[in-house]
Amino acid sequence: MKNPLDSILGTIISGFVLTLVLYFVVKNFILAGV
Amino acid sequence: MDMVPAIARWAHFLAGITWIGLLYYFNFVQAPAMKDATADGTAAGISKHVAPRALLWFRWAAVLTWLAGAALLGANFVPAFTLQAGLAGIGVGAWLGTIMLFNVWVLIWPNQKKILGIVSATDDEKGKARRIAFLASRTNTMLSIPMLFFMANGMTHKALIGL
Repeated sequence: MKNPLDSILGTIISGFVLTLVLYFVVKNFILAGV
Repeated sequence: MDMVPAIARWAHFLAGITWIGLLYYFNFVQAPAMKDATADGTAAGISKHVAPRALLWFRWAAVLTWLAGAALLGANFVPAFTLQAGLAGIGVGAWLGTIMLFNVWVLIWPNQKKILGIVSATDDEKGKARRIAFLASRTNTMLSIPMLFFMANGMTHKALIGL
């Protein structure tokens, strides 16, 4: 599989996906029950 | 003392714009231009005159951004980095910024020194250095997207994003 960081578009899409992943991890796991 | 957070925030923005602006310049402008410039034999000018100056501002702006950010967090520094309630959003941003600072000084700059001939390296070492520096720079471009989301919203707009 091609490394998404080899293209500018792949890098930007990876950044948006990582934003969503981190947001849901923080909201639903780290801050869960607080 | 009341002015410290205001000056720290100002410095954080000034240095951060310089740092991330140059990061985007490297990724969106210089790296693609280097391919074309290498093809027509004009890459030496970029390597000799442009890249070293851009890297100088880039790496020191990264340090100033981090220091001003730490000053801005003040007493919230440890609670933010340990993702305590109310500070988890800015804490994630701070962690991403810290990882990016590490990439600048440990992966990008030492390898760029080999690529640009500031330190001696064989062609094989330069080839490896080019790939490591490229991937570290692209990683920082990717990380800048969530970093800016959490930085921009983590403190003043945390209710808006529910963190």
